[in-house]
Amino acid sequence: MQKTVPVVIAGSVGALMALAFFSPPLLWMREKAEEWFTILAAIAMLLGGTNLCVHHLRRISDREAGWGFSAVTLLTFVITVGVGVLKVGVVPESARNLDRAWSGGYLQEGGAFWWMFQYVYSPMMSTMFALLAFYVASAAFRAFRAKNFEAALLLVTAIIVLIGQTPDRDFLPEQLSFIRFETLTELCKKTFVTAGQRAIMIGIALGVAATSLRILLGLDRSYLGGDE
Amino acid sequence: MWRSAISIRHLAMRQTQTQHGACDEARTQYSVLSARQSLGIVPCAAWRLLLLVAFITLELFEPTVVSAADPIRPPSNVKVEEIPYRGGTSIKVSWDLSPDDTTDGDSRVEAYEIRFDQVPKPFSQIESLAFRFLPGWIWNRVWRGRGSSFVMRLQTLPGARSIEPSKYYDGSSFDGTGVDSGSTFRVSVVSIGTDKARSAYSNAVTFPRFRTSPQTAPIDKSWFALVVILVCGTVIVCTELARRGKPFYVRPIAGLQAIEEAVGRATEMGKPMLFVPGIQDMNEIDTVAGLTILSSVAKTAAEYDTPIEVPTTRSLVMTAAREAVQAAALAAGRPDYYNEDRIYYVTDEQFGYVAHTCGWMYREQPAACFYLGKFYAESLILAETGNAVGAIQIAGTAETTQLPFFVAACDYTLIGEELFAASAYLSGEPAQLGMLKGQDFGKLAAMVLVVIGCLLATWDSILPRGKDAQGKDLPPRTQFLRDEVLKGG
Repeated sequence: MQKTVPVVIAGSVGALMALAFFSPPLLWMREKAEEWFTILAAIAMLLGGTNLCVHHLRRISDREAGWGFSAVTLLTFVITVGVGVLKVGVVPESARNLDRAWSGGYLQEGGAFWWMFQYVYSPMMSTMFALLAFYVASAAFRAFRAKNFEAALLLVTAIIVLIGQTPDRDFLPEQLSFIRFETLTELCKKTFVTAGQRAIMIGIALGVAATSLRILLGLDRSYLGGDE
Repeated sequence: MWRSAISIRHLAMRQTQTQHGACDEARTQYSVLSARQSLGIVPCAAWRLLLLVAFITLELFEPTVVSAADPIRPPSNVKVEEIPYRGGTSIKVSWDLSPDDTTDGDSRVEAYEIRFDQVPKPFSQIESLAFRFLPGWIWNRVWRGRGSSFVMRLQTLPGARSIEPSKYYDGSSFDGTGVDSGSTFRVSVVSIGTDKARSAYSNAVTFPRFRTSPQTAPIDKSWFALVVILVCGTVIVCTELARRGKPFYVRPIAGLQAIEEAVGRATEMGKPMLFVPGIQDMNEIDTVAGLTILSSVAKTAAEYDTPIEVPTTRSLVMTAAREAVQAAALAAGRPDYYNEDRIYYVTDEQFGYVAHTCGWMYREQPAACFYLGKFYAESLILAETGNAVGAIQIAGTAETTQLPFFVAACDYTLIGEELFAASAYLSGEPAQLGMLKGQDFGKLAAMVLVVIGCLLATWDSILPRGKDAQGKDLPPRTQFLRDEVLKGG
């Protein structure tokens, strides 16, 4: 029963979503199902917040490795929630609401929450994203080592595409000026890459259809922990 | 963003041109005025005559300048039609461009404003005006007024010939906000000049309000539905055949065979394992596929008693992962293996999650890392960190843009469909293996369609279809296959 009810719900709602794709009269039912998911996900946020606090409090309590990070996490969590909920630094946006201190939006420009987002959160996210450049370089270095024929082919293709996308190619010797790198790059991107990607996409589409069917029919329950 | 930037630059150029035009006009008027003034201060009649001739010459050869005061002209031929197969939720408003909206870089039109009124009774609630727009059409939308004064205005970029607003709320929501459901729309369009001047209104078209009852055929995209039924039918038939004992060969998948190797390595080294089920919620099929593999990995890990860490970005995924691991531990006969503290929620934020997970990897030095689910830019950061700590790594995603990163940084990668086949492959159940065989028939159908498409495209290039009676080019032969069969019309 504990597993049957979720499977029945997943199967019926999934079938409804698929039918609504083909039948416009059922669109409103699909929209309702999407709203239910949004409500469920919002409630789950409370679950996530509670779990976050419990998990990190336990780590601090047990003095696990890296417990200091847990302390920082909890502190910033409390400060962020407090600043957002209490709308610190937010002023009323409308002249009619001057007597209502909390009538402004919590993300109002100049507010404490906005300041934290602008000057703490965004720079940190940008920093993490910027790391990607270095990781791309190190991964490319490993991937392009010409260990065998396929790897050598990959290396040559990568060099062509790299040069083809470089706007100023003055560094190339005169003897190579007859090679149209931009044309070769376009050929690689539009012909080989697109063909390969489409083949993968067809496989993915069929895989998604079969997996969805397994879930809708209740054949695959492993995502719920199996039949045990 | 690009479009905005271009339109702003275009606007600035046009403003500069207008300013230059105004300067030329002022200069001309100044010279004429000077000549006129000089007429009054010259005593000699001959001089007067001379100046009169000069004045007439100046008047005759005064450059023609478009006056900024000329009103811009409105668009014309406004039409409103319902877009079929949208369940009565969408309309299309189209018009002919204003004669002042030219493409030669000297257009005087900055935008079009489409005005919607409800007649005879005006809208009374702003909530009832919530519309959803197709991307790329609407530059700005302006909600103004309530009551009888005005309803709703939309702005488009210059050169736009139509918009397609869709109703966001259903009919009952409209009725709930006090709007008369029996009313109709009156739609008219006005041109807005680069100097913010507005033209007169175009012709107004009255159109029945978005209908709340379905008025289209009950089945849409019938060709695509047929393809789906064929593929799903084949999968179900193969499943039934497998249940009845027909053996099917499934090729070995290296990434899945390596799971036991990875768990064994972690056991030997006495180190934990990391499982990342992507960064999306349970409504993504990739996440569900990742969790089905987690179930199998956790079962093997429970047999070896190797701890597995599952940080998640969504609390629903955390709950599902806990269920899966707990059931796997029970199935392995090791219920004490399950420790819910190892499966926890971190944050919804992409790079916050990456920071936590990479930090954990550097501290705990896991022996094996699994990345199976939906990934975006964080894929390479996670995989490279795992590589740096020397872990054996198995990854899988259906996100084609991330696959090259995983291939470069991981030991084994489940490419596309292999991720979805994993659950069936690992379970070993005949019914699920039969489904994999059904997928193969789908691939066969795709191959046949590709060959037919290639032949039709070749035929089109050798013998084009020519023109119809009106002199328009006939569509290529591949159009039906592409737009109707594959895209569903």
